[in-house]
Amino acid sequence: MSYNLMREFADSWGLVAMALFFVGCIAFALRPGGKTQADQAAQIPLKDD
Amino acid sequence: MKFGTEIVVLSLFAFAALVAAGFGVEGPFRQHMGVLFFAVAGFTAILLRNTDFKPAAPIDTSVYMDGPIRYGAIATVFWGVVGMLVGVIIALQLAYPHLNIQPWFNFGRLRPLHTSGVVFAFGGNALLCTSLYVVQRTCRARLFGGKLAWFVFWGYQLFIVMAATGYLLGITEAREYAEPEWYVDLWLTIVWVAYLILFLGTILKRKEPHIYVANWFYLSFIVTIAMLHVVNNLSMPASFLGSKSYSAFSGVQDALTQWWYGHNAVGFFLTAGFLGMMYYFVPKQANRPVYSYRLSIVHFWAIIFLYIWAGPHHLHYTALPDWAQTLGMAFSIMLWMPSWGGMINGLMTLSGAWDKLRTDPIIRMMVMAVAFYGMSTFEGPIMSIKTVNSLSHYTDWTIGHVHSGALGWVGMISFGAIYYMVPKLWNRERLYSLRLVTWHFWLATLGIVVYAAVMWVSGIMQGLMWREYDEQGFLVYSFAETVAAMHPFYVMRAIGGAMYLTGALLMAWNVTMTILGHQREERPMPGSEPALRPAE
Repeated sequence: MSYNLMREFADSWGLVAMALFFVGCIAFALRPGGKTQADQAAQIPLKDD
Repeated sequence: MKFGTEIVVLSLFAFAALVAAGFGVEGPFRQHMGVLFFAVAGFTAILLRNTDFKPAAPIDTSVYMDGPIRYGAIATVFWGVVGMLVGVIIALQLAYPHLNIQPWFNFGRLRPLHTSGVVFAFGGNALLCTSLYVVQRTCRARLFGGKLAWFVFWGYQLFIVMAATGYLLGITEAREYAEPEWYVDLWLTIVWVAYLILFLGTILKRKEPHIYVANWFYLSFIVTIAMLHVVNNLSMPASFLGSKSYSAFSGVQDALTQWWYGHNAVGFFLTAGFLGMMYYFVPKQANRPVYSYRLSIVHFWAIIFLYIWAGPHHLHYTALPDWAQTLGMAFSIMLWMPSWGGMINGLMTLSGAWDKLRTDPIIRMMVMAVAFYGMSTFEGPIMSIKTVNSLSHYTDWTIGHVHSGALGWVGMISFGAIYYMVPKLWNRERLYSLRLVTWHFWLATLGIVVYAAVMWVSGIMQGLMWREYDEQGFLVYSFAETVAAMHPFYVMRAIGGAMYLTGALLMAWNVTMTILGHQREERPMPGSEPALRPAE
């Protein structure tokens, strides 16, 4: 694979894929209804030793 | 305990080191292999002395495996004191050049000893022991792989000893924060893969359905460091019985690989790993859940996606293409947001419990750590802007910035975690002395303030002197004049560092006495007990 081919892939589809993955992660974390599960997860360290 | 296999394998390892010490093609390599031989042979002798043939007590696999963590806590304190002591020594060498003792203890050899000592020996052991502590308690599972944790602990200590002695012998790859030569790099790779298997294996056998966010940060630290270490150290040894190797890259590619590694060592070793610490120990010490768990998830993904691109800001105005420099700068500025999101998340965990700042010096230490995390991640993006960088780069300003992050954030959060863990690990009711923690807190905080403020003044002065032209276009100052002008600041910096070191020595005393089971009789912290008033 040549440098140019890799470079073109990186700043087109590669960039789109990573940006979408990132947005997807954030959207999933902030999804409606996710709060209860997040609040339970936050209690994990406090449950016991 | 019997260590049959270990003794056989280690004896062969020691013998191989002895052979290499005999047949090495150059003096420093032979000496280095001699060090390796004595280290491994000595360890083998200790195992032999500790062998007995009584039937081994059954191992209770229902409890957490804390043995390697206890050793790790002690190693953290020990290497911390050593690394900080070397820091004070090289600060004094800069102020008083006569203190350079040739050839083993000159500044050029002691400087990597200091950086590796505090980053990899102190910080690395702190990450190693807290990650194993946290992963067991948040997964509710014993460490995976039996004796694997012991291999990881002792293997990492061997890496530290080999790296440190190599520097003093003058063996270096001359790659900043990655100075060890190829054979030490290979050893670290083996240890690191074992660490990954140990950590991941424990997560896989967890009883808690959800993987707590602290483990995400620790895991990202382990995986990314593995990737960075392997790529940055791709090199070809000149001889398999010599220390010298040549990098697989050349020119600007080599420089970019180096700083892709270097900045992500900051991002994933000194930030992501210690954020894992923050997300476990701050809630534990405050006895409150993290302010917003969802913010911590956003914090995680934003850090992961942004940090890896920031490295080129170390190469402004070099042969690196302009677009790459601008890319590094843009991502560094974007990093501001997740960093401050994380800082707010850590600080606000105390909302409703701010009174603890008055009564609990350990939480005070952690809050100061998070505050310094915010301050240095504010300063960093500013310094990555090209115009600012043209003034700050290669000056003491950079050194001041690194230390506000390293002493303030990394150091303080590790001290907090050690103070939290040690009484728990040794089943002590409390620390030997909370008053000593207060002393440590103030010595460390004031030490950092002195250090950072002095380096700001010195660095900006240095940068301005370097770029001062007269009306005919000649430089006004020679380089030696800028060095002479910095002397008073170098002395003050050494004082700041000595204060920080004194705090660390108090911690070593406090931790030792706690482990030995002593409790100092002292007045309780003001406000920690309800004040009784006479009835009227």
